[in-house]
Amino acid sequence: MKLRIGLGSCGIAAGGLAVLDTLESEIKNRGLDLEVMNTGCIGMCHNEPLVDVIEDDGRVFTYGMVTDKIALQIMEDHVAGGNPVEEHLVSATDKPAAFMDGQVRVALRNCGVMDPESIDEYIKQGGYEALTKCLTQMTPEEVIEEVKISGLRGRGGAGFPTWFKWNATRQAKGDKKYIVCNADEGDPGAFMDRSALEGDPHGVLEGMIIAGYAAGASDGAIYCRAEYPLAIRRLEIAIEQARERGMLGSDIMGSNFSFDMYIKQGAGAFVCGEETALIASLEGERGMPRLKPPFPSESGYWGKPTNINNVETFANIPWIIREGGAAFGAMGTEKSKGTKVFALAGKIKYGGLIEVPIGIPLRDVIYKVGGGIKGDRQFKAVQMGGPSGGCIPAGYLDTPVDYESIMALGAIMGSGGMVVMDETTCMVDIARYFLDFTQKESCGKCVQCRIGTKRMLEVLERICEGQGKPGDIELLEELCVMVREGSLCGLGQGAPNPILTTIKYFRDEYEAHIHDHKCPAKQCKALIEYKIDKDKCTGCTICAKKCPVNAISGDKRQPHVIDEALCTRCGTCIDVCPTKFSAVYID
Amino acid sequence: MGCCCSQGDCNVGQQSGDNIALNLLDDVIAEYRGAAGSLIPVLQKAQDIYGYLPAEVIRYIGRQMDVKPAKIFGVATFYAQFRFSPVGKYLIMLCQGTACHVNGSEKIETALSEELNIKMGETTDDGLFTLNDAACLGCCSLAPVMMINGRAYGPLTPDKARSIIKDIYAKEKEAKEGVEQ
Repeated sequence: MKLRIGLGSCGIAAGGLAVLDTLESEIKNRGLDLEVMNTGCIGMCHNEPLVDVIEDDGRVFTYGMVTDKIALQIMEDHVAGGNPVEEHLVSATDKPAAFMDGQVRVALRNCGVMDPESIDEYIKQGGYEALTKCLTQMTPEEVIEEVKISGLRGRGGAGFPTWFKWNATRQAKGDKKYIVCNADEGDPGAFMDRSALEGDPHGVLEGMIIAGYAAGASDGAIYCRAEYPLAIRRLEIAIEQARERGMLGSDIMGSNFSFDMYIKQGAGAFVCGEETALIASLEGERGMPRLKPPFPSESGYWGKPTNINNVETFANIPWIIREGGAAFGAMGTEKSKGTKVFALAGKIKYGGLIEVPIGIPLRDVIYKVGGGIKGDRQFKAVQMGGPSGGCIPAGYLDTPVDYESIMALGAIMGSGGMVVMDETTCMVDIARYFLDFTQKESCGKCVQCRIGTKRMLEVLERICEGQGKPGDIELLEELCVMVREGSLCGLGQGAPNPILTTIKYFRDEYEAHIHDHKCPAKQCKALIEYKIDKDKCTGCTICAKKCPVNAISGDKRQPHVIDEALCTRCGTCIDVCPTKFSAVYID
Repeated sequence: MGCCCSQGDCNVGQQSGDNIALNLLDDVIAEYRGAAGSLIPVLQKAQDIYGYLPAEVIRYIGRQMDVKPAKIFGVATFYAQFRFSPVGKYLIMLCQGTACHVNGSEKIETALSEELNIKMGETTDDGLFTLNDAACLGCCSLAPVMMINGRAYGPLTPDKARSIIKDIYAKEKEAKEGVEQ
């Protein structure tokens, strides 16, 4: 028997380390010879901290939301007594959770399964077999051909065929070539790359080394955002281990192929996810994009041919080489092959990290895997593609999730962030939120992006504040066209998408804000009033005591009233009003 | 992004007034001197040492690495990570990601601001806490989330956020009293 605990960033945030302490001290107290293995994120973030009990016959029992008390119970009943603690089981080999059932794990194959800090574990899972195969049995051209057969497209967002980039770098003239891993995952609402790096750093490394062999590069750089300290630490450990075992360095496996790599930390600039900006930042400059061509495959890092792929793209490579490009290509749709990792978050019941075959309907992702909407509210929209993406409304839930279909709706597949929204989310506020983001993150190089995003934000702000004017929607649409056409990189070109999709699918909400001074989702503070239903209020005085600005008055056991002039619309009263009364409402 | 000069509260390039031990940087500079493209790692390590980038430090790096201070200021102000004024002992990063936004991060901000009596971007008078925002911490399924000195907390409610701050205050008070005794 073996124990396994999820210690990705989310597991740690949910209290995983304390549970680990409890388990370890209990094992010591009981004098057991039992290993507790650390692992990365299995994806069921909504159930963290997660503890697996792995029986000798290989059956896995997964316990969710484990506290110290539950950990002790698992030790007593399951580990010592042999009886699984049914009430805390969230998944088991015989009875997998619905969340895991619809998934196919390629890029995430090792996440949550093995210890990410152990190269031996990785090798046990078939790790570095693909690299061995490449170096001993395949020419670089054959490797590129295999990736071409797989149909793999860049998982960072643009969906460019991976083999094409590799081949272009291979064909480019240059005495030195580079492989760069883009781990500057900046989309708010996305955490696929963090989990992949924390859960399976060797998988990404192996993909990069294979890319180096195929493209004829000798050096690799991982550009990882500084906000991911755990991912960086695990990468450092993995690189060190790979060097010790001769997977990195000169003359790898006696093949004459030499490759080494290092990590560079990003310093917090969203635009550095764009490849030319990323290169500028790697070189120690302000991370501003430049005009393409020349593409990085001709002139990239230090002016040398450079191949840049995203974390998830690299993570797929060892699997493709091992299982064959055709096996990968058998999944997905005609134009979008394989699987895609999504970060499911927002108003979803079971949020977390999922990997599904490309082309499955959006509805299956949200309702089958994600379990539907939190609190069984009404689904309103799903935001895909972050600040360059858009909101997809309920009417399009049967759309297959692939690059072309999602783009046809005005959103983008992006790197895989999916933020689910319910009826309490204001779509004008969401557009304002994203413009606030892009406006702050615009590097300032292109006038249309620098000033256009600011102007669009101002219009959206005044609409949310109830100061919208007739013609504002048209003004926004006009600005959107200008910003899109006048921007050099994806940040500016994509910035209008959140506005255009919300206008397209939720125009009535914009109109309600502008013409009726109402926020249908009851979110925009300037357009709502908190009120107390005098027939429901029993005068329990809780809200009056909790109101931070003393805006509520009333005698004991008498209905209370809110003074609109004093109310700051903080929402405390509605939160504290006992559910049996539910007397506070928003008008 | 970039410099906040237009907002009138900019500390970029100001003298700190404190005596800064510049020699703490010498090992870092020795490691990177002559290595192309190493300005950002040097600034990151300098910030690890001093907690922020004092103007003297930027000028010192410029002299030692033969880079014009204007160039260093240009790079440093571009990135959100670099700070030009000291931060509190506890740096709170409140996540502003999409998932946190739709799950009520604004209420958490209000609660933290009230509890600490500071606005976003400010530091408490006792120098204990700085409240900053982060674009996204990537812990979206725990939304809303904040990170204090690298540790993530979530999912938060306004009350939970307040009690986390109160706990730290209590711990600090205890430690201080322990020293006085």
